[in-house]
Amino acid sequence: MRQSRALEIWVGAFVAAGLAALLMLAMKVSNITSYAQGDGYRISAAFENIGGLTVRAPVRIAGVRIGRVSDIQYDSESFQAVVTMRIDSRYDFLPADTSASILTDGLLGENYIGLEPGGEEETLGDGDRIEITQSALVLEKLIGQFLFSRSQGDDQ
Amino acid sequence: MADGSSLVEIRGLRFAYSGRTIFDGIDIDIRRGGVTAIMGPSGTGKTTLLRLIGGQEQPASGSVRVDGMEVSRLSRRQLYELRKRMGMLFQSGALLTDLSVFDNVAFPLREHTRLPEEMIRDLVLIKLQAVGLRGARDLMPAALSGGMARRVALARAIALDPMVIMYDEPFSGQDPISMGVLVKLIREINDALGMTTIIVSHDVHETAAIADYLYLLSEGRVVEHGTPDELQRAGSRWTRQFLNGLPDGPVPFHYPAPEFGVELLEPGSSR
Amino acid sequence: MIALTLQRMGRWALERLERLGRSNLFLLHVVPGLPGLLARPGLVVQQTFAIGVLSLPIVVVAGLFVGMVLALQLYNTMVDFGAEQSLGPVVALSLVRELGPVVTALLFAGRAGSALAAEIGLMKATEQLSSMEMMAVDPLRRIVAPRLAGGIISLPLLSAIFSAVGISGGFLVATGLLGVDSNAYWSQMRANVDLFDDLANGVIKSVVFGVVVTWIAVFEGYDAAPTSEGVARATTRTVVNSSLAVLGLDFILTALMFGDDT
Repeated sequence: MRQSRALEIWVGAFVAAGLAALLMLAMKVSNITSYAQGDGYRISAAFENIGGLTVRAPVRIAGVRIGRVSDIQYDSESFQAVVTMRIDSRYDFLPADTSASILTDGLLGENYIGLEPGGEEETLGDGDRIEITQSALVLEKLIGQFLFSRSQGDDQ
Repeated sequence: MADGSSLVEIRGLRFAYSGRTIFDGIDIDIRRGGVTAIMGPSGTGKTTLLRLIGGQEQPASGSVRVDGMEVSRLSRRQLYELRKRMGMLFQSGALLTDLSVFDNVAFPLREHTRLPEEMIRDLVLIKLQAVGLRGARDLMPAALSGGMARRVALARAIALDPMVIMYDEPFSGQDPISMGVLVKLIREINDALGMTTIIVSHDVHETAAIADYLYLLSEGRVVEHGTPDELQRAGSRWTRQFLNGLPDGPVPFHYPAPEFGVELLEPGSSR
Repeated sequence: MIALTLQRMGRWALERLERLGRSNLFLLHVVPGLPGLLARPGLVVQQTFAIGVLSLPIVVVAGLFVGMVLALQLYNTMVDFGAEQSLGPVVALSLVRELGPVVTALLFAGRAGSALAAEIGLMKATEQLSSMEMMAVDPLRRIVAPRLAGGIISLPLLSAIFSAVGISGGFLVATGLLGVDSNAYWSQMRANVDLFDDLANGVIKSVVFGVVVTWIAVFEGYDAAPTSEGVARATTRTVVNSSLAVLGLDFILTALMFGDDT
C-alpha cells in the first residue's frame, strides 16, 4: 500500500497525544507517587476493633500522611485485627514506643491511623509491631457507655 | 461435449434460494480456451451460476467441477487457491472505492505475491495498457464512467493471469462505443492469454458475436445449446423469440391473469 | 389474540437471539485474523486514522465543555457545604471513572461507528466484498479485522484525551472563574484519585467499550442488506445498539469494579 506520510504522522501524533493524556492522568491526577515510593518499610499493629478502617487508608503523624494501610487480617488466636502499614522510607525516625490509634477525619470522614511518637531512642524498622494501640471509637458503644454511666450515677 | 477438454463441468445441478427453485437439474460444459456464453431472460439465476462456479454458493444437489475439482467439497484453503486462478468481472465492476485505479489493479498482486514494488508497477501498467487505461491510473473509481470502471475491473481480474475469467452481464447499460470496446477486449484477452471465458448475459447480439458456444437457460433448465449459427438455424420457437427479441411468442407479453374483458366487467373487483 | 401476541413476542425474541448468535460467530471468524495484522501494520495505521484521528476534534471539544460545566455546576453545590476545595477530586473522579469512558464511547458510536457500518455496508452493496472473495482475499481479514483493531486502539486513547482535556477545562473554570486555589485543585485530586481503583478501571472500561462498539459497527455493516435502505438501517442500528450496549455495560462494570469494598 502506498501509505501517505501525512497519514502516518497524524496517527503517530494521535497515539502520542493519547499516551500523553494517560500519563498526565497518572502523574498529575492520580496518586501514582504513593505507589512509586514503594520502597518504604512495613510495620504492624493489633487493634481490638478497627471500625470502618479499610486497606489504603492513610497513616498520619501530626496530620501529615506518611504511609498507607497495606493489609488487614484477623488473628484468630488473639481475637484482634492485625493492620499492616507501609510507611514511606523517608520517615524512618519513629520511636519504638510509638502508639497507634484509629481516628476519623472530621465527624463523618474516612477512618485513618494516627501515630503518636513516644520518647525512646530506638526506632521502628521493617516488620516491627506497634504495641500501644487504641481502637476505633464506635459510636454505638460510646452512647451505650454514656447511658450506662448515667444510670449508675442516678443509682448513687 | 463431455470429453476431457472441459474446464468446468456441471452435472444435474439443483439450487434453490429461499424456497424458490432456481436451477432444476442443469448440465453445462465449458470448453477450455473457448468463449462460452450462458444466456437467458432476467431472473433465471445466471449470476447465481457464476457464484456456484466460484464457490460462493453451495448447490443443493448435483456437482460443479472446475479443472477436475469438485468446488463444493474443497476446503477453504483449497477454494481460495482455486479462486486465485479464476477472474471474475462483476456487473458493477466492484472496484474498491478507496483505492486508485492503479492500486485496484495492483490489489490482487499485493495480496497474493511478494513481488517487489517495481515489478508490481510494471505488471499493473501492462494490464492497464491491455485495456487502454494506462493514462487513467491515478484516477479514483468515482471519477470513472461505467465502461471505464468495467475495463479497470477487467485489468484487475486478469492481474494474476487466471485460467478462466467470468463476466457477469458485461454489456448491460453500456453506450455503443464502450460496448464495442468491451466486445473486442473480451475476445482479444481470451485469445491472447489462452484463457477460458464464461459470459453471462442477455445482450444477444454482442454475445452471439464473440461466443463460440451458447447455452440458453429458462425456468431452471437448459433449453438449448450449440454454436450461435446452429441455434439461429435450428432453434425452437422460444429460442428464436429470445435471440431475435420478439415481443410476443411462447413467452407471452402478458403476465398470467384472468381474461381482460371478464375482469373489466366484474363489479367491485378492484380494491 | 393472546396467542398472537405471545407468538409475536416469541418471534421477536428468537430473532434477537439469532442476531446475537450470528454476531458472535462473526466475531469468532474475525478474531483469528487479528494476529496476521502484525505483518501488515499499514492497514491498522490507515484505520486508526479514519477511526481515531478523525474522531479527535469532537472528543476534544466535548471533553473541554463537559469538564468546564462539571466544575461550574459542582462548585455551586459544594460551596454551600464549604467543600469547594474538593472540586478537583470530584471533577476528576467523575471524568476518569464514568464520563470519560462513557461519553467518549457514545460520541465514538455516533462518529466512527456509524461511518464504519456505512462503509462496510456500502462495500457489500456494491459487490466489493464479493469481488474480494472472488480474488481469494478474505474480507473478514482484509477489511473487518483492521477496522476492529483500529477501533480497539482508538477508543481508550480518545477516552484518556477526553478525561485529560475535561480535567484541564475544569481547572480553567475553577481557578480562573471561581477562585479555587490551583494547588488545592491538583493536590486534593492526587490524594483522592487512585491509580488502580479509579484510573485503571476507567481505562479497562474504555477498552471494553472500544471492543463492543467497533464489533457492533462492523457486524451491522457486514450483515446489512445489500441495498441503500439496508445500509441506512445498519447505520441507525449501529448507533442505537452500541449506545445501549455502552450504557448497560457501564452499569455492570461499575457494579463489578466499584461495587464491593469502599
